[in-house]
Amino acid sequence: MANTTHEAAGQAADAAGHAAAGHATEAAGMPQLEFSTFPNQIFWLLVTLVVIYFVLTRVALPRIASVLAERHGTITNDLAAAEELKLKALEAEEAYNKALADARAEAHKIIAEAKADIQADLDMAIEKADAEIAAKSAESEKRIAEIRAGAMESVTEVATDTAQEIVAALGQQADAKALADAVANRLKG
Amino acid sequence: MGKLFFWVVLALVIVSGALFAPEEAHLAIHPMDQFVVKPLFGGEAIHWYTPTNATLWMALAVLSVFGLLVVGTRGRAIIPSRIQSVAELAYGFVYKMVEDVAGKDAVKFFPYIMTLFMFIVLANFLGLLPMSFATTSHIAVTAVMAALVFITVTVVGFVKNGAKFLGLFWVKSAPLPLRPVLAVIELISYFVRPVSHSIRLGGNIMAGHAVLKVFAGFAAALGMFSFLPVFAITAVYALEVLVAFIQAYVFTILTCVYLKDALHPSH
Repeated sequence: MANTTHEAAGQAADAAGHAAAGHATEAAGMPQLEFSTFPNQIFWLLVTLVVIYFVLTRVALPRIASVLAERHGTITNDLAAAEELKLKALEAEEAYNKALADARAEAHKIIAEAKADIQADLDMAIEKADAEIAAKSAESEKRIAEIRAGAMESVTEVATDTAQEIVAALGQQADAKALADAVANRLKG
Repeated sequence: MGKLFFWVVLALVIVSGALFAPEEAHLAIHPMDQFVVKPLFGGEAIHWYTPTNATLWMALAVLSVFGLLVVGTRGRAIIPSRIQSVAELAYGFVYKMVEDVAGKDAVKFFPYIMTLFMFIVLANFLGLLPMSFATTSHIAVTAVMAALVFITVTVVGFVKNGAKFLGLFWVKSAPLPLRPVLAVIELISYFVRPVSHSIRLGGNIMAGHAVLKVFAGFAAALGMFSFLPVFAITAVYALEVLVAFIQAYVFTILTCVYLKDALHPSH
């Protein structure tokens, strides 16, 4: 079995003793306490640390720091730009609202003007119509008065004629003037 | 239903344990083999300069750092790609940690702390790859990093504050008779810091990897019921992924805490 041969090899190595300790395939105790390897490990560790230190200070850390700073700057700028855009949007909204209010006011004004115009026209028309009506009614009254006067004249004439005829029929000659006076008197009644 | 399944599985395990009781030779588990430092190109001795598997995996960690933080960010995009956002996330994570925990004036130490964090977290994750070598499981590695932090912090403390740095050990808020006692305790705890700092990381990584290997050994020994240890390995592996990050985080944040003590030693 592989294990047994391995074991045998290990025993052989143990038997060989610790002369070649450190690179034996099998650890005798703790390899951590194999002091013969310490200078080697310490030397290479120091080399490693120095190399890492120089890689970090020369290249890696400045680069990462600059990237982080740049990103921070970009974010700050973007935030500032966003703030500015927000302000602009607010301004635009304000302007829009103002324009809307202006337009509304203008519309109100136009409506009021139109109303006033119409009212004025209307008033004028009503006045004109009133005047026409007044003129017409005055004319009518005049005509009525004329007709009335005409009628009254006719009545007087008819009455005079009738009275003359009646007087003639009674066989008397009537004085025209007296007759007219009598009729007038009577009509005044 | 789940309960029934559980009991059936348990019974099967017991039966299998009885039936297929493996000969002792099968249970040859060597959980520590994975931590052995070996020369990469054969040979016997490990000199201080010999390229070993530790070297390889440290180099891979460096490459990963390079790939993530340099290649990943080459677009320098305002809207980052996925890998670039991971790099930025790592940067922001450590930067904020340094700033919040250690204070604004600690920011000039950020590259050092970032170096430690990136190395530890990537070495931890690379160590989780099968057949890999976990460099951070070695106390030599973690102890050196902890010692670097300890020395740096102590030197910075004295350079920045002079003798006032010793005020860290003189607890002014305590009653006067207690202060010498507290000073001794504070002093001891100060010197224990690098020990706990390094062993916490190395121990966690080592233990997790050893547990994985032990379960893997069970899987080899259990025959047809090896799926049970495989489930366990899956669960432990998930835990180890968490541990890999958390230990890097803990190491880093403790570094920040120590740095804060050095910069502002008053209690």
